[in-house]
Amino acid sequence: MVEINNCCTVSPDKPLAPKTEVPQRPNRLKNIMIGLGGLVVWFVAYKQLLPFSKYFTFEILGLSSASHLGQAIQFFVYDTPKVMMLLTLVVFGVGIIRTFFTPERTRKILAGKRESVGNVFAALLGIVTPFCSCSAVPLFIGFVTAGVPLGVTFSFLISAPMVNEIALVLLYGLLGWKIAALYLVTGLLVAIVAGWTIGRLGMENHIEDWVREMRTNVDDVPDECHSWRERVQMGLAAVKDIVGKVWIYVVAGIGVGAAIHGYVPEGFMVSIMGKGAWWSVPAAVLVGIPMYSNAAGIVPVIHALLEKGAALGTVLAFMMSVIALSLPETVILRKVLKPRLIATFVGVVGCGILLVGYLFNLLI
Amino acid sequence: MEIKVMGPGCPKCAEAEKIVKDAVAKAGIAATVEKITDFQEMAKYGVLSTPAVVIDGEIKCVGRVPTANDLAGWLK
Repeated sequence: MVEINNCCTVSPDKPLAPKTEVPQRPNRLKNIMIGLGGLVVWFVAYKQLLPFSKYFTFEILGLSSASHLGQAIQFFVYDTPKVMMLLTLVVFGVGIIRTFFTPERTRKILAGKRESVGNVFAALLGIVTPFCSCSAVPLFIGFVTAGVPLGVTFSFLISAPMVNEIALVLLYGLLGWKIAALYLVTGLLVAIVAGWTIGRLGMENHIEDWVREMRTNVDDVPDECHSWRERVQMGLAAVKDIVGKVWIYVVAGIGVGAAIHGYVPEGFMVSIMGKGAWWSVPAAVLVGIPMYSNAAGIVPVIHALLEKGAALGTVLAFMMSVIALSLPETVILRKVLKPRLIATFVGVVGCGILLVGYLFNLLI
Repeated sequence: MEIKVMGPGCPKCAEAEKIVKDAVAKAGIAATVEKITDFQEMAKYGVLSTPAVVIDGEIKCVGRVPTANDLAGWLK
């Protein structure tokens, strides 16, 4: 039998390099140098992408820079490696950060917090805590039974899927840093305010009875402790896992985006999703609820819509609704929440997203 | 030895179950492997994120798929 061991020893599928195995100290410097070297290579290659895409399309293929086909191909050849490189770097970085923030640790931080402060913390921790939507229910139970206030728990549950590194990288890569920052800030605000509002409504008795009767201790699950080597390996595993899953959406999305970029006339979406159509924001939210997609699938579509004249607020509302309010998740949550609380959750978050949509259509 | 793999049924949870079963078969020890999909049962163990592996009532890992090496250590 194994004796009590607090560390879930992470053993890599493939070690970084067999040489880094035994003497720790001298190799640390070497590993840092390798990391920095990799970063420099990454950066230099990244800077070459735009000139390369132009050279490839207009010189090697000999297409005219004014032609539809030339524009579409240059767009694709530039954007695909750009987004993939950004994604790899950020997923690796976030993968390492996440080894410090397990859901268990996040719960410990939140259990002692007052409501308003707790909502802010919960939304922020939602960005860095690893979360998969099939864990939503055990996580909900674990938070609520350990004394995390209901509204604070909701702030976390809203922020975790909606504001994540993949969404931010894709928005940055395809639409620029301003829109990525806007999304980050408004996504956090929706999570904070919606969670706070739900907390104010005092709906604790709309949690299923068996959950309310349960008490858990935040110290039940032992912390995992990791060495830096393990953290780096977990970062690499995250890259393999996430980039391996997401790349197909990115390529397909950019492909569609490239076709639209080259061929669909400007202003095509103005009448349907433009600022003039007041009903388009609520329509975007409603259409988004039954749609279930991750950020990787939705951002390239958003990109195409925006480019052809859809209003930014409408498009952001659509994206938030698709990611944050999903039918499958509400069905799972029904196991621990009574219908009225689910309806309140969807209603409050929906209203928050609606406000974001109108606000941006008004301001920008 | 009593092994419980907890997860509602997402691909990662299925992967965890498979790795556990393979490891048990490889180690050639007598162990029962049970897949737990009931949230109430998971909550009793204090499991917050899935997949999770519990061996003889002790949480071994949560929120990730264990590796074959992890299991080799736990099954010793």
